[in-house]
Amino acid sequence: MKLTFSIGGIHPKENKLSRDAHIETFPIPDVAYISMAQHLGSPAEPVVQKGDKVKAGQVIGKPTGFISGFVHSSVSGTVTAVESKGDLAGNPVMHVVIAVEGDEWCEEIDRSKDIVREIPFSSEEILEKIKNAGVVGLGGAAFPTHVKLNPPKDKKAEWLIINGTECEPYITSDDRIMRERPDEIVIGSVIMMKALKVEKCYIGIEDNKPEAITSMTKAASQYPQIKVVPLKKKYPQGGEKQLIEALTGYRVPSLALPIEVGAVVHNVGTALAVYEAVQKNKPLIDSIITVTGTCVPHHRNFIVRVGTPFSKMLDAIGGLPKDAAKLVCGGPMMGKAVANLEASTLKAVSSLLLLTEAETKRKEESNCIRCAKCTEACPMGLEPYLLNKLSRIGGLYDELEQEKVHDCIECGCCLYSCPAHIPLLDIIRVSKAEVLTIMRNRSLKK
Amino acid sequence: MARLLISGAPHLHVKESTQSLMRDVLIALAPSLLVSIYFFGFSAIKLVLVGVISSVFVEYVIQKFILKTKVTINDFSAAVTGCLLALNLPPSSPWWLVFIGAIVAIGIVKMTFGGLGQNIFNPALVGRVFLLISFPTLMTDWSIPESWFRSGVDAFTGATPLAITQEGLAAGLTLPEIFAANEFTFREMIFVKIGGSVGEVSALALILGFVYLLIRKVIRPHIPLVILGTIAAMTGIFNLINPDIYTGPLFNIFTGGVLLGAIFMATDYVTSPMSVKGMVIYAFGIGVITVLIRYFGAYPEGVSFAILIMNMTVPLLNKYCKPKRYAKEVKHG
Repeated sequence: MKLTFSIGGIHPKENKLSRDAHIETFPIPDVAYISMAQHLGSPAEPVVQKGDKVKAGQVIGKPTGFISGFVHSSVSGTVTAVESKGDLAGNPVMHVVIAVEGDEWCEEIDRSKDIVREIPFSSEEILEKIKNAGVVGLGGAAFPTHVKLNPPKDKKAEWLIINGTECEPYITSDDRIMRERPDEIVIGSVIMMKALKVEKCYIGIEDNKPEAITSMTKAASQYPQIKVVPLKKKYPQGGEKQLIEALTGYRVPSLALPIEVGAVVHNVGTALAVYEAVQKNKPLIDSIITVTGTCVPHHRNFIVRVGTPFSKMLDAIGGLPKDAAKLVCGGPMMGKAVANLEASTLKAVSSLLLLTEAETKRKEESNCIRCAKCTEACPMGLEPYLLNKLSRIGGLYDELEQEKVHDCIECGCCLYSCPAHIPLLDIIRVSKAEVLTIMRNRSLKK
Repeated sequence: MARLLISGAPHLHVKESTQSLMRDVLIALAPSLLVSIYFFGFSAIKLVLVGVISSVFVEYVIQKFILKTKVTINDFSAAVTGCLLALNLPPSSPWWLVFIGAIVAIGIVKMTFGGLGQNIFNPALVGRVFLLISFPTLMTDWSIPESWFRSGVDAFTGATPLAITQEGLAAGLTLPEIFAANEFTFREMIFVKIGGSVGEVSALALILGFVYLLIRKVIRPHIPLVILGTIAAMTGIFNLINPDIYTGPLFNIFTGGVLLGAIFMATDYVTSPMSVKGMVIYAFGIGVITVLIRYFGAYPEGVSFAILIMNMTVPLLNKYCKPKRYAKEVKHG
């Protein structure tokens, strides 16, 4: 029997419409708008000024804290502005604007297609190279990879887990790289194992991607320490906690990091970026992005330079379709609705998804009928109906903490399942933030 | 500039709604209803129609004129209550009996607690029990009305197998004697049995509805299966101890309202527990109380009371029976 996680989960229609579209190179934009907030944590600080000439791969932003990262230019040209600009939600974020001239890359970057298997670097050198290349987690959260690969000294990592589940409906970017670039992903995984000093690595792939399973198994065949594991399709299998349980049987304790049970989880896209950073000296300046939706005539997968405006990408599929009602950046379950079409792509963008009103518009909320479908769906074993009720009464933070609102992973299974159309996650998300703040303040006082 | 929707994730949603779930329950009741119409003719249609229309009417009046809130009769929940109420009454009931039951079910049990999702007790069952206590003669009159499809006299016209058995035992007879005298056969009990409420005629039709509800994922199987399992195990043990006095598992499962109650009444979302652990305890309790009432109580039938008694425990079960949490038990590597 194929492995999967044990609690809750849902089966939304997978709609992998772009699964057979080869990755195409997206044209370099005329102007690139590169955000300094490419990662979770504090944004990078621009190190270029208006008028500077830059090459592709050159550092244009430096980290400003422990959880932060380098940002590189994805194009060659002239910096025309360093200014605040709206991100996809319209919030102001510092951007470096570059007018593109040609496509000149920094000399140290190896742009050949040759696969480099030899890893002549020490663990520290690997971490340094990953940090300097500005690699972030490409599973969605964009956590700086070098931080995650450097767990606290008192914790011992036992497994590296590579997440190839791609459990969100629609998105196929990970599927495509696993089919088209499996060797690089496997070598990237070996590099990360070396950085972490672990002997075991699992690559988890859901069974709706048989070609990816085949190609990855073949690529991993010469590395006995790496095991490709097909998983039974179920959302949210790609959730760190769910994936760890599916593959190792261990469950991560409340509020703890995966390293608590000896696991470190990285996305397949991140493994590819690590390979390029370490073996090819190539910083993370492009991303694989699926552009799809039932209302889109052609479903495509692109490799796109970071900083390409969303509007340019929509032009490539013939503009915004007439019946498109929502543009989602990321998957339909956890992605963000785009409010600003002038925003530009980030390192960790994996998909631009267009949904019709019939697919996405929420219906009017009605009374909870206590059907327990939310409880059945919750992969953390919480009771969303109860968290909703407690939240709406207001002020019941002790009760919410007792009911483990802080364990919510915001996967959206509850809201997806609710037949009364109650915006469960919207409400729980707010309570969770409040309870986490209270818990943090309390631990600071101690 | 294009106009786009903005909302938090997730951006997809199931197609199901309260309305579609309730519609599925009505569809699942259809086989039983058809069998009843076949056997009881117009009176079955009449009872169900009056039940549905009066339940919906009462809810409409209360929401529109008394509470002055949004009218939500379109969610079909009142229709389900009305339908279940009618199916729980004797086929010869007069129409006004259903109407009174509907006023109690919707007006008192459902709406005074705050409407859909708020009530503690199963509305249709309280309606039935209210009628049973207020109109004991009408509610135990098991004479069979005229039907268009059926002619001739049937074996059980006077009472339900449960009532016959209880009376026989009280008169000092043993079970084998009672069974022989009344020509009970299990084939009849499983496929059709006349003598009982409108909805109890065919066990097969009820089971068909159960399968439909499971396939459509409207309910989970735990509650019905645990109720039936508990009744079977408990009556099996008693029957082994003294087969002359205690009826056996098959008899108890296929007579009276056990199947109707286990499949359609005990699984009511609002009045049953939210976690699997809670469901199992709740269903076990229903099974035990049903058997105790049947063996030792004054009434021949105990399912309605058993469900209502266990309804009262649901808030406690929800409080103490939490679902299996992901982050609770920790195994260290």
